[in-house]
Amino acid sequence: MVINVQNLNFSFGSGSLTQPVLKSIDLGIQKGEIVLMTGPSGSGKTTLLTIIGGLRQASNGSVVILGEQLVNSSELTKVKIRRQTGYIFQQHNLLKSLTALQNVCMTLELQLDLTESQRQYRAQHILAAVGLEDRMHYFPEALSGGQRQRVSIARALAGQPKIILADEPTASLDRQSGHDAVEILKRLAKESNTTILLVTHDYRILNIADRVVELEDGVVKAV
Amino acid sequence: MRIFNRWYFPARLAWRQLIHDKPKLIAAISGVLFACVLVFMQLGFKDSLYTSAASMPLKLDGDLFLIHQQSEALWRTVQFERSELMRTLGHPAVTEVAPLYLSLAPFKNIDTRVKRTLMVYGYDPDIDLLDVEAIKTMKHALRVKDTVMFDEYSRPEFGPVRDMLNAGKNRTEVNDYKVTILGVFQLGISFAADGNIVTSDLNFMRIFPNRNINEIDVGVIRLHPDTSVSQVQSELREQLNEFVKVYDYDQIREHERRYWENVAPIGFIFNFGTVMGLVVGMVIVYQILFTEITNYRFEFATLKAMGYEHHYFIRMVFASAFILAILGFIPGLLLSNSLYDLAESQIFLPMPMTLEKIATVFAFILFMCATAGFLAIHRLKAANPADMF
Ligand SMILES: Nc1ncnc2c1ncn2[C@@H]1O[C@H](COP(=O)(O)OP(=O)(O)OP(=O)(O)O)[C@@H](O)[C@H]1O
Ligand SMILES: [Mg+2]
Repeated sequence: MVINVQNLNFSFGSGSLTQPVLKSIDLGIQKGEIVLMTGPSGSGKTTLLTIIGGLRQASNGSVVILGEQLVNSSELTKVKIRRQTGYIFQQHNLLKSLTALQNVCMTLELQLDLTESQRQYRAQHILAAVGLEDRMHYFPEALSGGQRQRVSIARALAGQPKIILADEPTASLDRQSGHDAVEILKRLAKESNTTILLVTHDYRILNIADRVVELEDGVVKAV
Repeated sequence: MRIFNRWYFPARLAWRQLIHDKPKLIAAISGVLFACVLVFMQLGFKDSLYTSAASMPLKLDGDLFLIHQQSEALWRTVQFERSELMRTLGHPAVTEVAPLYLSLAPFKNIDTRVKRTLMVYGYDPDIDLLDVEAIKTMKHALRVKDTVMFDEYSRPEFGPVRDMLNAGKNRTEVNDYKVTILGVFQLGISFAADGNIVTSDLNFMRIFPNRNINEIDVGVIRLHPDTSVSQVQSELREQLNEFVKVYDYDQIREHERRYWENVAPIGFIFNFGTVMGLVVGMVIVYQILFTEITNYRFEFATLKAMGYEHHYFIRMVFASAFILAILGFIPGLLLSNSLYDLAESQIFLPMPMTLEKIATVFAFILFMCATAGFLAIHRLKAANPADMF
């Protein structure tokens, strides 16, 4: 199992202000699986995703990602998991002073043993795969919302991560470009057998999933 | 390669972010440039002060020099007995001695008749005390009653003396005493004196009637070419009255320099100016880096979520500081160089742009930017990847 969450509890705040967000969550995802997570606003989807991605520290239960225990883990373990995980944010979160190509290269620059030409080649290749071969040298502000999201899909995939975590990637896109973006993501993920956990409110894209889970009031339900 | 990339990648990202926002980059560069020019000017004036303060003893042709121990500087001497100087002739290594008389006096501009103070040197012209060719060639004429020679490098307020001489106007007053200017020479001015004239010892006494030929300001001693100056110096020290100081060439320059550095508050003023320039520049660079980090904190958090570690961002901040230091220093150096030239032509102070000065200022600017970077890195804590989704 690539993602194995067991009996995870998480709350914000402390003392009398403690607000439980996740209540004894159990979630297992196999290699290559595409899992969509839905649920009402405030149910804790983003919180769960940030814990799985090593961005937020959980302190009880068990969260084993790619064989590493993330509960009460060191910064080093979290960095290791982050590097093997591709993120796609709700807002594209591209670096505005870098071109599309340079943005994608930011993922590859974490792999210090690649040469500059290998990085260029791989970044160009993945940008072409998301249909942006003629927009490589554009800055994000000169791209449309759908194009930006495709750049951030390319950025997430460029490092050949084992897991893709996506938080409402289609929220800021219209129906067609949202669907296109998710289709590209699915195609590329299936090619490389990458695991995907994708949070969405968008019922039009549920069809790409192998499995859909629902988070309601901090508790996971299968659909 | 890996080590290189550990600095190259953050530096390249810092560079791309800096050039993406041109107005802010220009503001940051101006801040460094400002500090740079300020420091160059302060150091320039300070050095100029010291070299020009030393420019008179620099041209004095002698091996040992006697001054009264209470003489703070050559423009503020306390006189001592000429017989003290004459006693040194008893030492076998001493070949020649000569008294030098010094005084500040008002000089009347031939053209405008406005009076302004300059330094008057009086000595026996046959001795060639000042190692200046133009004076040496005029030594016979200088023995004539009421004649002087004028330093062309004096400030222009003394009038266009060379033109006046060519036009046949060579009469003026020094200390309200009428003299004839024989010609010009080139020596250079100091903070103590805006101009110089040279005259014979006898004429000096005529110009300053209350001075006495037996009360001298500086005693210049020449030694046999192959004697140890320091040995003679210590022997003379024992012979002479204790209120007389015996200096060699370097020591009298050092004495003069120290006066300007310590006794006069000038050294402090310039050091203070230098520090202020660096502090202002540091604050500007800090402000720029701080707002830069604040504006880019979401991007930094994104990068952290991708697996970038904290030290990458620290390197980015220092790289930004370094880039700003370089980009501000280069135009700052060029501008300061023109200002040095301007200062030389307008206020007649020697302002050389030496390699040493360039290196010093660059080190200061680097230090300033590094400090600003060091202070700005605490702001990086605002970039928390958990708040990114
Ligand atoms: N940094 C925080 N500090 C305190 N409480 C928080 C913080 N982040 C989220 N919460 C709270 O935790 C709960 C779950 O938030 P979360 O963002 O995980 O919900 P979500 O399911 O992603 O909602 P949405 O669908 O609106 O994005 C909410 O009640 C929210 O107010
Ligand atoms: Mg959310």
